[in-house]
Amino acid sequence: MVGSTLPVVGGYLGSYATLGLLLLVGLVFFGVAFGANRLLRPARPASPEGKFATYECGLDPVGGDWAQAQIRYYVYAYLYVLFAVESVFLFPWAVIFDRPDFGMVTVVEMAVFVGVLALGILYAWRKRVLSWT
Amino acid sequence: MSDLQLPHINYAALAPMLILFGAACAGILIEAFVPRERRYPVQLGLSLAGVVAAGVAVITQAGTRTITAGGAIAVDGPTVFLQGAILALGLVALLFVGERSLEAGGPFVAQAALIAGSEPDRRQVVRPGATEVYPLMLFAIGGMELFVAANDLLTMFVALEVFSLPLYLMCALARRRRLLSQEAALKYFLLGSYSSGFFLFGIALIYGFAGRVDFAGIHAAALGSDRSNALLYGGLALLSIGLLFKAAAAPFHVWTPDVYQGAPTPVTGFMAACTKVAAFGALLRVLYVAFDRVSWDYRPVLGVVAILTMLVGAVFAVTQTDLKRLLAYSSIANAGYLLVGVLAMSKDGLSSSMFYLVAYGFTVLAAFGTLTLVRDADGEANHLSRWAGLGRRSPVFAAAFTFLLLAFAGIPLTSGFTSKFAVFAAALDDGQTWLVVAGVITSMVLAFPYLRVVVMMWLSEPAESTPTVSIPGVLTSTGLAIGVAATLVLGLVPAPLLDLSTKAAEFVR
Amino acid sequence: MSYLDSVWLLIAIPLVSAGVLLVLGRRADRWGHWLGCASVGVAFVLGLSYFITLRGQDDRSHSVDLYQYMPVGGLKVDVGLLFDPLSAVFVLLITGVGFLIHVYAVGYMAGDGGRRRFFGYFNLFVAAMLLLVLGNNYVMLYVGWEGVGVASYLLIAFWYTRPSAATAGKKAFVMNRVGDAALVIAIFLMFATLGSTQYADVFAGVGRLGEGTLLALGLLLLLGACGKSGQFPLQAWLPDAMEGPTPVSALIHAATMVTAGVYLIARSNPIFNANSTAQTFVVAVGALTLLIGCIIGCAKDDIKRVLAWSTVSQIGYMFLGVGLGGGAYALAIIHLLAHGFFKAGLFLGAGSVMHAMHDQTDIRRFGGLWRYMPITYGTFLVAWLAIIGLPPLSGYFTKEPIIVAAFEREGWTAWLFGWAALLGAAITAFYMTRLFWLTFHGPKRWTDDIEHPHESPPVMTVPLVLLAVGSVAAGGLMVSALSVTDWLTPVLGEHAEREAVMPHGVITALSIVFTVLGGALAWALFRNGTALVEQPAGPVVTAARKNLYTDAFNEAVFEKPGIYLTRALVYLDSKGIDGLVNALAATVGGGSGRLRRLQTGFVRSYATSILTGALLVVAAFLAVNYGWLS
Repeated sequence: MVGSTLPVVGGYLGSYATLGLLLLVGLVFFGVAFGANRLLRPARPASPEGKFATYECGLDPVGGDWAQAQIRYYVYAYLYVLFAVESVFLFPWAVIFDRPDFGMVTVVEMAVFVGVLALGILYAWRKRVLSWT
Repeated sequence: MSDLQLPHINYAALAPMLILFGAACAGILIEAFVPRERRYPVQLGLSLAGVVAAGVAVITQAGTRTITAGGAIAVDGPTVFLQGAILALGLVALLFVGERSLEAGGPFVAQAALIAGSEPDRRQVVRPGATEVYPLMLFAIGGMELFVAANDLLTMFVALEVFSLPLYLMCALARRRRLLSQEAALKYFLLGSYSSGFFLFGIALIYGFAGRVDFAGIHAAALGSDRSNALLYGGLALLSIGLLFKAAAAPFHVWTPDVYQGAPTPVTGFMAACTKVAAFGALLRVLYVAFDRVSWDYRPVLGVVAILTMLVGAVFAVTQTDLKRLLAYSSIANAGYLLVGVLAMSKDGLSSSMFYLVAYGFTVLAAFGTLTLVRDADGEANHLSRWAGLGRRSPVFAAAFTFLLLAFAGIPLTSGFTSKFAVFAAALDDGQTWLVVAGVITSMVLAFPYLRVVVMMWLSEPAESTPTVSIPGVLTSTGLAIGVAATLVLGLVPAPLLDLSTKAAEFVR
Repeated sequence: MSYLDSVWLLIAIPLVSAGVLLVLGRRADRWGHWLGCASVGVAFVLGLSYFITLRGQDDRSHSVDLYQYMPVGGLKVDVGLLFDPLSAVFVLLITGVGFLIHVYAVGYMAGDGGRRRFFGYFNLFVAAMLLLVLGNNYVMLYVGWEGVGVASYLLIAFWYTRPSAATAGKKAFVMNRVGDAALVIAIFLMFATLGSTQYADVFAGVGRLGEGTLLALGLLLLLGACGKSGQFPLQAWLPDAMEGPTPVSALIHAATMVTAGVYLIARSNPIFNANSTAQTFVVAVGALTLLIGCIIGCAKDDIKRVLAWSTVSQIGYMFLGVGLGGGAYALAIIHLLAHGFFKAGLFLGAGSVMHAMHDQTDIRRFGGLWRYMPITYGTFLVAWLAIIGLPPLSGYFTKEPIIVAAFEREGWTAWLFGWAALLGAAITAFYMTRLFWLTFHGPKRWTDDIEHPHESPPVMTVPLVLLAVGSVAAGGLMVSALSVTDWLTPVLGEHAEREAVMPHGVITALSIVFTVLGGALAWALFRNGTALVEQPAGPVVTAARKNLYTDAFNEAVFEKPGIYLTRALVYLDSKGIDGLVNALAATVGGGSGRLRRLQTGFVRSYATSILTGALLVVAAFLAVNYGWLS
């Protein structure tokens, strides 16, 4: 089809029409393949014990595959993000804050930023999440 | 390094956001230091005052058309209009959140993450006075304000996270049905971060294409760049996926029913109204400002998404038996109608979409507000069968809810009709007939589930177990009155707000 | 700034009153009914002052644009009002007769716990009806049209705990939808072809429309009018609507709302004048309905149902009038106004009788009441003579000209419609005399629990007397002294004298003779009362008792398929989620559970869904980029 254009697919929506056609062909192909499979295969397959069990190197699987994490770790994750973000911004700031024209404004801005982050720590501390019981 | 300049900052233009974030930080301090008994009035007062003050600040910016903070923030017509909308809707949502007369201590707990059913969790369910939700809400509203004002993709991403993270937490705060609430929050969080990933990847590709992340730069680069267009289109695709996720458009809507159902009802209302405004505000800005030059190319793709969204919302809504899920699917379908307006890609499209957001927001808030009132011993009774014969027991309440449902169904003389009409007219003017046809057909399908609720309320016999309608407190009554009145007024006299949105419909670049 | 600019107050006052009554709830129980009366009374006084102002103006039409509804796209709908001679007389009828009926209802509903709610709906109705006649475009008319429909539904089903009332309410609602749909399509058609729904623009643009469009427009408007006015083939809901309280029957289903169809056609007269085929349809519907109505009226034994079929029949006369065109428009409007008086009087009289007889409505169970209820008797007597059209009461002056006008048509249709109208007059005299005689004269046939029927309290009898005065005087006055015909000329056009197929004197004489004969026959048959139970009868009477099988027709054509459709839906619904999803999925394209399985509740499958969607979207975008395959 390279280099040639289907007559139906000219114009603005042409490329989409081709795409739609392709999707349609894909779906039909999918349907035909599975339909043929269904027609050809035995109607009532045997289901011996263990057929649907998880395959684990020939051994019987032990225990479930779900594990729970202690949800309280999320607090520490949050606090970590807090400090990480802080330092990411602090380093570039440290390089430029003493340049001319920057001065006090920059310092105050960073103070506000650090202050807001400190608020988070303060809150966590007041809520006693820093002590692990 | 020497050309590094300190960016000029127009503090007046940023005032709404600064006020909200300031109030939110103050809220955290209150949470940490004010005694538990006195926190509720202080927090509620602070939040209301913060939102109102931010609203005033927005109004003073009515005529501002500027780009500030080093190109990160654009304050223009749509920004001001949408910020005002978010604040107005947020204020009503705050009224529902603040209501405490329906349930001793309000519908929220203090800590989202305690294991449901564990000893500390049971303790916090009976202990009244949880007020963490107020600072969270202020952060969320502030983030949304920033989201619709963001003028580059990075700011937009930061804003996205700023309003998403509090929302994830707020979803898990329900006092009743804790497990469902936590499940909803976790789903929302996982899928939300997943979609944020798409968004971020999109930013990376766009940066690769344009070498910049601000919208004007992308707009300029779209004219012609030596990089591959695949970067542009791939990036745009991923960006829109991130935004469409928040807007709950199919097939990125899958989280919506579960989250809407599990979250505390006032929070659900807040999400349905304000998050929609924020998400569509950002989508409008991205599509109209940065990518308008390739609109010819993305319109069919997003059009298909719009149609799919309307279809999914309408078809799935038909079979829902839980009212919150029903409203969730309705909200999905409405995202589709909004997309129709967005894709009109004209001034009319922009203004009608903004009008739609306001009209729909008030109606959906009032609808979720009414859901909080129908209760039995286990809290809210949201199953459809429980509402049978409610019209006999509480005619005024049922009449109000019927009116809201008729508005959702787009019956004339309600805001639902005027707003749908506005977006469809804009799309028709722009030749998007196929979208409008799909919109009208799905509207008809969607009328069925709404009318089923109406029939259930009025024509069924009340069952033994029909729950009672609680007498709403001052806050809820006010919120409901505002919501219903807005639905009615915007249906009867839509012209003033339409004029306003038309005047505001001009982005700066 | 003209005094008439404030004409919106007419609508606002009853509307606000309705809002107060419905919102305040029980707190307004003690005084709510007086507020309801007062608002309509004030509206009447106001309407009168507007009327006088309009009389004093040279330009007999005042249009007020309040605001523009939605300035979106090409659509411009103005919210505006039009006060001209036609709307002025309707305003006076609605508020005047409406006020009397409101006062009457204070007494009639005194024992009912829902009286305040009743007055709330009643005020709502008045506001909607005024909106209907005052709007200056078809959209406003439609809003009022739906408003009166809703109010009518609420009031028919007012005693909603009675299954028959709830059913009647639904029936009225559904049958009205058919007409309303036609009206909506007509409005869309106007908008599509003329780009406006303003009366002024539409009527100015009639000349530009093709023959087919005009005919379609006319027929759609006619169907809409038929639905609201209980005309063939949509007449069945009106008699059932008598389930509502009697003041409702008097105000809505006799005097005002059901005449909205006549208003619609009279208002749209330029459209009908431009297409004689549509006019012939209107005449045919009118003639057919007037005969159907009075024939069925002869066979009914329920006092309110007889009056209801009589209303159907009388509105048939009005349709006949507006269909005849030319000067007959004004005649129909005059008949409408006179009918408003005497039919309201008849209904209120019937309500008074029911009040005395413990809500008995079967005329076979009345008799000899004249002695016990002198005022009701007197007013009913007057209204009876007025409706059968004996001179000098108002029915004579208003019905007879319509009969004459029917004979003025050209060709053989003059004979057909003229004789139909004459025959209708005779049958009207027959069934009304039967009703009157069986109720007030002859032997007492009361049920055992009634000892001493009593006259109604003054709050009910005073409106009766006033309406009776109107029944006596209105017709003659409107035709002579007030010259309503000339008053309406600016809207409806000149009255041109035409040649009738018979001399006018002969027609007049015939109509009086027919009326007297019909009345005398009824008197002879029912002078000594009637059997207490239904007697076997010949095919004609049986058919009439069964509403001439029109219900059976409706049932076969509309109801049965509807029931099957409903059953199918209920079946789907009762099978719950699965059934419905199956059905939907089947229509969407097969594979029932697939749809629901997408919404598993598992985050992992949601993520998969998002990922799939993302892949498709990205693929689509990239396909555009590379222009694959094209």
